[in-house]
Amino acid sequence: MSLTQDYILSVHGLSKSFAGVRALQDMSFQLRRGEVHALMGENGAGKSTFMRILVGMETADAGTILFEGNELKSSNVRQSRRFGISMIHQEMLVVPELTVAQNIFLGREKKQSFLGFLRGFTNDPAMSAEAGVLLQKLGLHLNPDLPMKYLSVAEMQMVEIAKAISNDAKVIIMDEPTSALSDREVAALFEVIEDLKQKGVAIIYISHKMEEVYKICDTITVLRDGKYIGTRPVSELDKNGLITMMVGREISDLFPESMAGKGDVLLSVRGLSQVGKFANIHFDVHKGEVLGIAGLMGAGRTEVARALVGLDKPTSGEIYFRGKLTTIQSPRDAIRQGIGYVSEDRKGFGFIPELSVVHNLTLSSLPRHRKGAFISEQSEQSAAEAMIRDLRIKVSGPDQKVGVLSGGNQQKVVIGKVLLTDPELIILDEPTRGIDIGAKHEIYKLITRLTEAGMAVILISSELPEILGLCDRVVVLSKGRQTALLSKEESTQETIMKHAMEFSKPVDLLLNEE
Amino acid sequence: MKETLIAYFNRSAESPALPTRRIGKYGIFLAFILLCVLLSLMTPRFLTVANLTIIVTQVSINALLAFGVTFVILTGGIDLSLGSMVAVTGVVAATFAHPDDYPLVVPIGVGLLAGVLFGALNGFVITRSKVAPFIVTLGTMTIGRGLALIISKGRPVSNLSDSFNFIGGGHLFGIPFPIIILLVAFAVCSLILKKTVLGRYIYAIGGNEQAARASGIQVSRVKMWVYTISGLLAAVAGIVLTSRITTGQPNAGVGFELSAIAAAIIGGTSTSGGSGTMAGTLIGALLIGVISNGLDLLNVTSYYQQVVMGAIIIGAVVLDGLNRKSR
Repeated sequence: MSLTQDYILSVHGLSKSFAGVRALQDMSFQLRRGEVHALMGENGAGKSTFMRILVGMETADAGTILFEGNELKSSNVRQSRRFGISMIHQEMLVVPELTVAQNIFLGREKKQSFLGFLRGFTNDPAMSAEAGVLLQKLGLHLNPDLPMKYLSVAEMQMVEIAKAISNDAKVIIMDEPTSALSDREVAALFEVIEDLKQKGVAIIYISHKMEEVYKICDTITVLRDGKYIGTRPVSELDKNGLITMMVGREISDLFPESMAGKGDVLLSVRGLSQVGKFANIHFDVHKGEVLGIAGLMGAGRTEVARALVGLDKPTSGEIYFRGKLTTIQSPRDAIRQGIGYVSEDRKGFGFIPELSVVHNLTLSSLPRHRKGAFISEQSEQSAAEAMIRDLRIKVSGPDQKVGVLSGGNQQKVVIGKVLLTDPELIILDEPTRGIDIGAKHEIYKLITRLTEAGMAVILISSELPEILGLCDRVVVLSKGRQTALLSKEESTQETIMKHAMEFSKPVDLLLNEE
Repeated sequence: MKETLIAYFNRSAESPALPTRRIGKYGIFLAFILLCVLLSLMTPRFLTVANLTIIVTQVSINALLAFGVTFVILTGGIDLSLGSMVAVTGVVAATFAHPDDYPLVVPIGVGLLAGVLFGALNGFVITRSKVAPFIVTLGTMTIGRGLALIISKGRPVSNLSDSFNFIGGGHLFGIPFPIIILLVAFAVCSLILKKTVLGRYIYAIGGNEQAARASGIQVSRVKMWVYTISGLLAAVAGIVLTSRITTGQPNAGVGFELSAIAAAIIGGTSTSGGSGTMAGTLIGALLIGVISNGLDLLNVTSYYQQVVMGAIIIGAVVLDGLNRKSR
């Protein structure tokens, strides 16, 4: 057997763009039978895109995928499954009302005929029996006739694995499989993985958790910015080396120098907690300062922001704004007190696609343009047009609907809407997600300008260069807990990543155990 | 997911309005005019002042309800209790409208108040319970019908004063009074929608409720307003109807909500909220009126009219769907 045949999956030059945005570029990947291969990288590094191509949910623009020597061409979920590639999704794709057995056989039900000629009836007893055997093999004591909704997340995950095995999966992709599991459940999962390995099943293991990766994986492949960075055996790569591979990139002069001086404390957060989301968050924001909030996905960054702007209610802790203890009841309340929020979910929380650029811009400050019972169009128009010029929003006209603008311009409209409420503090949650580099640079310049005007900025970002390039201080969250408050001098990609990965269990699980 | 992502990225700042969008926007006006021309050619009795006056008078009640439900649909809601509110408010007003009992403002005031309270109740339950408006107003539709029967003890409330009967049957400057009410209501509703903060917020909520809330809009308050306005307009319709038939009928208005919703939808109000105009709704109501009048003049039985009307409603929604896709 030659060496190449040893690889069950062999990927070369795989590329994928979404309308000009490179999600994956020249990806290489070799997977051996019976190995657990970790795929690592920051959020947005291209892991998901790669996985989606492998399971047939996306079509690659270029490159080849060889599966057991055969080229995998078209994007077809069924075909990938038939070849033997299965994925255990992060968000469980199960039908809660159907039984365990019905879920395992979903889409390839065992059939039987009725009265010898009426065909197309499902053979539930047969499926149930086979599912039972399968679950037994996995050491899972579950009634296959139990509706899925009664299962714990860990059990559902095991059922998903059972489903993959029953599919004769040769490659199983696991996307953050332990994110919702307890220690005991993780241990059980690792036993199953070990068992699968022995049977020659290859596993692609996506995780942010270093301890896990070092515990069960044989090989690590790192992606960054959609590019393949390298593949190393776990034994030859220490944690520092891995972090450098994941984040190591140069920061150019993308980030403008700020002349802002640090002013008085504007916002103080003391022991802010929300059950199941985050606990004991503690920081100050000064006027003229950019405070960064860094962390991995699920660290609770957005949740903290939502609590600060009244979209969610914190369960305990204090917020002081302008030196006074305050509560923020609703987004309207936040705006009135002088706190503006630009959501990470631009489409969901940012703008109204059907309304014009002007109407979106003035939406949060509309009562200011009221004359008597009616809106003064003149006043509204002039405020909006000034903002369009100021932020250089590219529109065909002020009446253009926001829904048809590019992502960068939509984001500028959302920021402009917030600025028109004259906030003293503006919280920017992933302000540059999904927008091109030019618009990014303009937003960076804007952030600097705002702080120079004495405004305080909280910047939440998954892009470390952004955090490092713009922030005066950085709060690092890990699984809902604040693990560091770093000064500019202390902030490096390595320190931030180290603190971001400090905890591996969600905050609510920890609280339950304590 | 894949499609939406790609569609999202493919949108450019200069994407031109597609032709189907234009047809969608003005199609209903064109269809209305075309229909009128067609009917004028087919029967000489259509294009006469007398006939047109009849049409508009008949349309007025449906149009009033349709204006109210347009506000509601624009926020992404629905109001199925319109017909029952017509009955309740009509019966309440009639109870106070017997000759020499009270001055005219009393039956009108009490009737309108009943509508406002009923509408506010809809809004209150919907915003507090977070139960779908469809379900809530389905419930209050039945409650309202029951209330109308309770208040009237199941009997028509007749013997109404002449001044009260003027509302639905009188003329001012030779124009039937219901038409004047219709025009005033149309003007006021258009102004609210186009020129006030409330109007803007209504569009914003229908367009993206979460974003509206994040923008500082008190979504619950706006929703309270739209259901209350819907109740108020239903009360106006109830009073006009009661006055026109000179009795408060507890069984009046059955199915009126469906014609009103149909008018709003035919008039281009998006069923998921966020887009639509009062002018569109008015045309929608007139279109329904003209079709049934025209089919009458052409001696088509009312059975066929229902089939035609249903087909038009579906057609309008399909058009709305095509619009949505082209965006």
